[in-house]
Amino acid sequence: MIEVLYFAWVRERIGIPRERIETGAKTVADLVEELQRREDRYAAAFEDLRALRVAIDQELTDFSASLEGAREVAFFPPMTGG
Amino acid sequence: MAVRVDPARFDPGAELNAFSKGVGNAGAVVSFTGVVRDVAGGLSAMEIEHYPGMTEKAIAAIVDEAKSRWSLADALVIHRYGRLEAGEMIMMVATASRHRVDAFQAAEYLMDYLKSRAPFWKKELTRDGAEWVEARDEDEAALDRW
Repeated sequence: MIEVLYFAWVRERIGIPRERIETGAKTVADLVEELQRREDRYAAAFEDLRALRVAIDQELTDFSASLEGAREVAFFPPMTGG
Repeated sequence: MAVRVDPARFDPGAELNAFSKGVGNAGAVVSFTGVVRDVAGGLSAMEIEHYPGMTEKAIAAIVDEAKSRWSLADALVIHRYGRLEAGEMIMMVATASRHRVDAFQAAEYLMDYLKSRAPFWKKELTRDGAEWVEARDEDEAALDRW
């Protein structure tokens, strides 16, 4: 089980802030493909991966990263702090 | 080194005074305060979302990196989240060092990295509706100079 979190417009498009997912996905990209196939709202959120960032266990990473041992995966747009 | 991620308002003057008192004989204190801008006269408020847990870790890592690059006596980062009205203070950075170059450069470094590497997302609420602020290419490019 992986805890998947969504922030900002990704959260709004999918409609929930987080969910627990049972998945056999090996990488972030595999997980994204699995989510895209689920429902239109996921397809809409993951339409353009260049507009998205991903963190595994609260560390920024990229879509090719392995999910082995991952507890938490978060998807969000580029950050706008400061 | 202190990091505060908090929805509450803060008083930048009081924060700076308290920070300055604690830096010993550092000699140079630099601070920056970010304020919610009015967008073309139509901004009613801003909502800032963040990633609890990652936010604190990401900022701590940015501060650690600044400490390794410059000789800092102390550093302070305050960043708010939640709903903020135009004119309210969003965030503040303060740095202290023996000589001013370190304090100035470290403060700029902290600002550049907080903008693009700390998990905050701003949404502008105007009379016409709500819109997520898009990250700017210049902000990402600003990281290259470090």
